[in-house]
Amino acid sequence: MSNYSVPSNLRFSETHEWVEDLGNNKYRIGISDFAAQHVGDITYVELPEINEDVDNESVVCNIETVKSSEDINNQISGTVVTINEMLSENPEIVGADCYGDGWLYEVQSDSDEDFKALMSADEYDKFLDEQDDE
Amino acid sequence: MSYPGMRDLKLREALIFERSREGRRGYSLPEEDLTGAESILPAELRRDELDLPEVSEVDVVRHYTRLSTYNFSLDLGFYPLGSCTMKYNPKVNEKLVRNPQFTELHPETPVRFAQGTLKIMYEMQRMLAEIGGFAACTLNPSAGAHGEYTGIGIIRSYFAKTGDTKRKKIIIPDSAHGTNPASCALNGFEVVVLESDEHGKVDLATLKSLLNDEVAGIMLTNPNTLGVFESDILEITKMVHEAGGLVYGDGANMNALLGVARPGDMGIDVLHYNLHKTFSTPHGGGGPGAGPVGVCQKLVEFLPNPFVVCENGVYSFKNSSDAMGRVRSFYGNMGVTLKAFIYILEYGREHLGETAKNAVLNANYIKACLKDYYHLKYKSDTLHEVVFDDSEMPNHVTTMDIAKALIDRGYHPPTVYFPLIVHGALMIEPTESESKETLDEFIEAMIDIAEKAKSDPENILNAPLSTAISRPDETLAARKPVLKWVRN
Amino acid sequence: MRYLPITDSERKEMLEKIGVKSVDDLFSPLPKSVLLKKELNIPSSMSEPELEKMMDELGKENCGANMLSFLGGGCYRHFCPALVDQMISRSEFYTSYTPYQPEVSQGTLQAIFEFQTMIANLFQMDVANASMYDGATAAAEAVLMAHKIQTKRRKVLIASTINPQYLETIRTYTSFVVDTIELLEMDPATGCVAESELAKIDSDTICVLFQYPNYFGMIENLKKISALTHEAGALLIPVVTEATALGVIATPGSIDADIAVGDGQALGIPMNFGGPGVGLFTCKEKHVRKMPGRLIGETVDRNGNRCFVLTLSAREQHIKREKATSNICSNQGLMATAASIYLATMGKQGLRDVALMNLKRADYLKKKIASETACRIAFNGCNYNEFTILAPMDACELLKAFGEKGILGGIAAKKYFPELDNAVIVNTTEVHTYGELDRFVDALKEIAGGAK
Repeated sequence: MSNYSVPSNLRFSETHEWVEDLGNNKYRIGISDFAAQHVGDITYVELPEINEDVDNESVVCNIETVKSSEDINNQISGTVVTINEMLSENPEIVGADCYGDGWLYEVQSDSDEDFKALMSADEYDKFLDEQDDE
Repeated sequence: MSYPGMRDLKLREALIFERSREGRRGYSLPEEDLTGAESILPAELRRDELDLPEVSEVDVVRHYTRLSTYNFSLDLGFYPLGSCTMKYNPKVNEKLVRNPQFTELHPETPVRFAQGTLKIMYEMQRMLAEIGGFAACTLNPSAGAHGEYTGIGIIRSYFAKTGDTKRKKIIIPDSAHGTNPASCALNGFEVVVLESDEHGKVDLATLKSLLNDEVAGIMLTNPNTLGVFESDILEITKMVHEAGGLVYGDGANMNALLGVARPGDMGIDVLHYNLHKTFSTPHGGGGPGAGPVGVCQKLVEFLPNPFVVCENGVYSFKNSSDAMGRVRSFYGNMGVTLKAFIYILEYGREHLGETAKNAVLNANYIKACLKDYYHLKYKSDTLHEVVFDDSEMPNHVTTMDIAKALIDRGYHPPTVYFPLIVHGALMIEPTESESKETLDEFIEAMIDIAEKAKSDPENILNAPLSTAISRPDETLAARKPVLKWVRN
Repeated sequence: MRYLPITDSERKEMLEKIGVKSVDDLFSPLPKSVLLKKELNIPSSMSEPELEKMMDELGKENCGANMLSFLGGGCYRHFCPALVDQMISRSEFYTSYTPYQPEVSQGTLQAIFEFQTMIANLFQMDVANASMYDGATAAAEAVLMAHKIQTKRRKVLIASTINPQYLETIRTYTSFVVDTIELLEMDPATGCVAESELAKIDSDTICVLFQYPNYFGMIENLKKISALTHEAGALLIPVVTEATALGVIATPGSIDADIAVGDGQALGIPMNFGGPGVGLFTCKEKHVRKMPGRLIGETVDRNGNRCFVLTLSAREQHIKREKATSNICSNQGLMATAASIYLATMGKQGLRDVALMNLKRADYLKKKIASETACRIAFNGCNYNEFTILAPMDACELLKAFGEKGILGGIAAKKYFPELDNAVIVNTTEVHTYGELDRFVDALKEIAGGAK
């Protein structure tokens, strides 16, 4: 068991993004507790544009702190349908409530392939355990 | 223990706009009747109100004089800033460049009426080329990053001319300054990061694996940002050349080599200088600087326009048709270049090498005195700068805390958190300007901090305690940016 | 050598502590073959009195500094109040470093925060940065910024009447990034962008960049260019190379500019043969995170005191590296401080007076040339302190003759616009007396002939 919060209904990437299945191939994306704890005081979040076509290899989102700039790797190919408008006024929510109000954006995909390719919560938890050991 | 460089004066000075009073005047212009002058322009081309302060001359002078007392400065004390080469700014340079024969010369003056400045420019082009081991040099770029942009642009133009358009990548070590990859991106190149080895250097096998016909070249800082000289440099440049690439040298660390060795002799094809580092021109609180670029013979035709030439003792400008293009208006920061010119001549061929020798001596002395108190990640020999880190600091004392604690002891902090390959980096470059007493006092202060980190960490963690403001909220400044004063 | 304090005995002590025999040992990582074996081929060392003499002699060869000058074209001779140089000669300003450590740099930080405020007010734009190298690079970066904002469009439109050095610089910076650069050609009657050319502004246009007053001194059709640009959803980028013009002329903010740039050399900074000046860069608040260059922001410290810091640094090269908004690191800090001090000194009324004096002189000179000499005014329309005349002879011949009379008569337009072979661009500022303007006209009459 790692020391981080890993909700069991989500799937995760190796670069610490989480994805939630909202049904009908629509997915919500955010950063995990591990990432939130390591990133520091967030000053700004650059989100993709609504209706932007995104693929699972690209960087469409970026989290800034005073001293750093972290690229968020998109995990689901499709079209961006919603972005979290709260973050423009309160970017710090991403750090404070990364699985709840701190979600980033939602993508409408045409399949569940990308989602299935991600790690399950258990697999990610183990992955974090191994990271901590290094 | 002495505390050099601190001021006791701690006034709270308002913004100049807060000192403004309607009807106050601070300027002097000849009397002239200007009634009706504004109707020379039709109303739709005129602005409405102009929101600038109304203050008297005394207000302006007091305001800026007070503001100046809030600054630490080189004339006040020691700046051990790694990678910045904060050496003394000679006063003779300041005086001589203010000669109106130089300041009052318009850049479009026909060259026959500007032979003094053109001669200086020609000589500077020549001397900087000689100092670096290059065939020619341009004075156009206005800062180091501008020089990098220009130098990489020269590389781009070279391959465009040879038709070798497959070369879209440039190799950059992970220890490089952020301007290096940014300058490549600005020129349309893709960056390939080369991971430094356990000595903090470029590993030849790693380099070999990255070289191919898609690589335009490599950007190297030598000595690198750890102060470590790439002793395989001849092999490195040979490998890159054999793969068809060019070698760009970031001259930020030229102070380690000045008058002792020349990058051009090591296989560097193009290099930028920082006149505001190596050649003593003042930093001015963030500029102006100058970033002249030296090139090997085959790259001369790609230097940006214009370029000063001499024919039969007459100086003029020449344009090359293969030039990479203009990089700014006119000819560069001439006011800055003039200061560096005087600096080089004051040292002359007899003494220029003593800068590097003393700079390297001073840095190694600090290293020898502090290595038992601060952690050194890399064990390699270093030249003019040394990088410690906070990894062995007790009681959660970080590099940031050490920096702030140094402020309380009368020093500007060293460079912190750079290079990125050393976590919690503390980069110290004393330069040749500092006396042994200054170095010893600084060393004493650093040892005191290391000791207090163990015995009285609150003293360090709460620093600075002696300045007018302490630990500004940078997160707030970035979340809710307030970038100008607004009237309530 | 006076700048090297280490003595021989101190050197010995230090070498002992380090554990090497000589300083040369410290250079052992260098390959032996690259160590210099003979002195560099540069002149012999000079003392301060010798340096003074040398600079004095060299200065005498710059007779252009002593001639009556009407040169403009992007660099302007204005009156610089004595106190500006006095203040920036304070070593706390000029020998200090970039203000990365805010607790020891509040002087610089506050001075530049005030600069940002004054430039934003001068341009009537939301935000101004802490300076760029010069107007040309500021213009180039503005186009790059526009390109980053308008990701779905491909065409950049630039007025052919802008400063030609700025155009060259923009091309250098954008040639392989921007798909298409098209010029908006000049109307030969007005010296401004021809109205018909504005039809080129369409839904594929990223931005429309133009200069006012333009290279010929003329003020472009601000309202029309602004309206058509915004209608097409393109970004409006005006360039102001003569900053004192904004003492009286309509501002970029008043025409809803998206990004507005220029050069502040005219604000109390001597010409110095073209540099250092100070690049000005402003934009609308919504674009601030794509802006290049440093920005200083207000905040509070842990005791609640107002203070200033470098902010929004995540845009810059030391953090975003190859994804940065620009590669710029050092800017023109001290010159921004100087421009700020000038604006504070001249103030609301003084800058306006300077601008009106410039307007009056150009108007006086233009009218006199037209009525008393064989030269014509090239273009109909409004100008600020610069305008173009057409001579009944080759422009270079004309200027050569002026030179023989000790006058720098202006810039031959054909230097950059070869088709305009008898056009000369003339500038006048508040430093000229009306007597000097008369002297210009008398010389022009002698060289080119009197009015017919």
